[in-house]
Amino acid sequence: MLARAQIWWTVFTMCVAERLAYRGDFVLGTTMRFLPMITQIFLWTAVFASSSNGTMVGFTRNDIVAYYLLTMVARAFSSMPGLASGIAGQIRNGEIKKFLIQPIDLIGFSLLARMGHKLVYYGVALGPFALVFYLCRDYFPGWPPAEYMAAFLLSLVLSFLLGFFLEASLGLAGFWTLEISSLLFVYMLFNFFFSGHMFPLEILPEPWRTWVGWLPLKYLAYFPAAVFLEKIPPEQLWQEMALMGAWTLFFMLLSRRLMHAGFRRYSGYGG
Amino acid sequence: MHRPNYLAVFWMFARNSLIRDMTFRTNYIIEVIFGVSWALMNLGFYTLIYRLMYADGDGHANIAGWSQYQFFVFIATTILVNSLVEGFFMANAEELSELTRTGGLDFALLKPIDTQFLLSLQRVNWSAVPKLILALALLAYSIPRIDGLTLSAIQFLLYPLYIVLGTLILYSVMIGLAATSIWLGRNQSLYDFWFYITNFSRYPMEIYEGTFGSPLRFVFTYMIPILVVINVPAATLAKPLSATNWPLAAFAVFATVASLAVSRWIFQRALMSYRSASS
Repeated sequence: MLARAQIWWTVFTMCVAERLAYRGDFVLGTTMRFLPMITQIFLWTAVFASSSNGTMVGFTRNDIVAYYLLTMVARAFSSMPGLASGIAGQIRNGEIKKFLIQPIDLIGFSLLARMGHKLVYYGVALGPFALVFYLCRDYFPGWPPAEYMAAFLLSLVLSFLLGFFLEASLGLAGFWTLEISSLLFVYMLFNFFFSGHMFPLEILPEPWRTWVGWLPLKYLAYFPAAVFLEKIPPEQLWQEMALMGAWTLFFMLLSRRLMHAGFRRYSGYGG
Repeated sequence: MHRPNYLAVFWMFARNSLIRDMTFRTNYIIEVIFGVSWALMNLGFYTLIYRLMYADGDGHANIAGWSQYQFFVFIATTILVNSLVEGFFMANAEELSELTRTGGLDFALLKPIDTQFLLSLQRVNWSAVPKLILALALLAYSIPRIDGLTLSAIQFLLYPLYIVLGTLILYSVMIGLAATSIWLGRNQSLYDFWFYITNFSRYPMEIYEGTFGSPLRFVFTYMIPILVVINVPAATLAKPLSATNWPLAAFAVFATVASLAVSRWIFQRALMSYRSASS
């Protein structure tokens, strides 16, 4: 048990060190990511200038700006750049074999690697994020009550796990098709539109709004932001949280199933 | 020295690229679907926004003076200019930093042809063509739906001209950015930076107003003229011709010439400091 913990610890520290190697590029990249926010603020100011009562689907202009900023926080947790394509690539070029002969679990290893990367990311990104949020503080309605704040924090952790297991499952589909780029492309498109990254999901007309509400994608960006802004009614809050947990569990089990099934049919092609 | 026939060389580049694209056909199709769906999604987003603005009941909806179909013309113009930039220059600019890093730039320098021409145009990306068609279809759909707009022949003549000028301005920004990779050795965030800068150009310039907006508008109109790129051609076609637009339209011509000259200068300077890595 202790030896096992030690392996995981080594993996983790290795990934942290790896990520720290390019920190300069990294701070710049993180700060630049906020530039599109500027145009969003101007765009929505112009949109709301045309509205007579200053609200649309329950959002004011300030709500929308706060919403976009909060989805950036959510996506800092839930987005997994290169995870699915990385796993599929390892399957294709045969690198995956090392997980068959070494006493390391593929999903566990990837999860720790991600956690390492993400932790370093937060360490570095905290500065730019804090600065932007401070500059934009007037757009926020204020801190949510303790219950919502707790749900918000928990939803961030869950969105990381959900994002991870969802993308890992997609990557593991590579055991069956080898080339998953078109699958990933469809996922990316849907993710951008239906996770709430592009706009608050309330903007969608019915029946789309309801359908999208059933997808797990909304937990990756929309949901944490909506919780912080108290757009989720109190009676639904914990119900939604439970659903989010259920989706996370579902993809966790799915990825495990896919990994084992994949290993069974894997015939060791590649280098 | 014999002067190469640039048109014939470019024709050869285009032909070779087409053969290459058709060799990897699945990849080509995926790129096409990707590009077109992206454009359609953007259109869907603005359709939703206009739908919301109509829904509040006061019967009018506009973003900084652009009604729905005028804005669609704006989006079509964005797609048009971007697909031209992607079709001709994007892949080449990305390649430039790779060539610098690997030392492959040596071979480009040795060829008896203008280096900037060679590096800017050697790969034509044919997957941009369907987006071009989409943009034209969107124009054909939107223009008749703009209330009270009668277009004169001169607007139809000016539009393609300003599309070309806009494309050239974006090209200048792009090749200028790409040239910095020669200085820096490697510039991985080039594409990011390009995206973030041009992001400003994809909205009507009228939205940038107020304490922060006006200086921003000034900088991106007169210092780095990317706001001119889409706004001038789009306004030419979506709004009635008016004398107040002429100064900006004239400036767009000047801005294009100036950006081309500046980017040419940056490119030449960057080449001088190329140290031929790893060859």
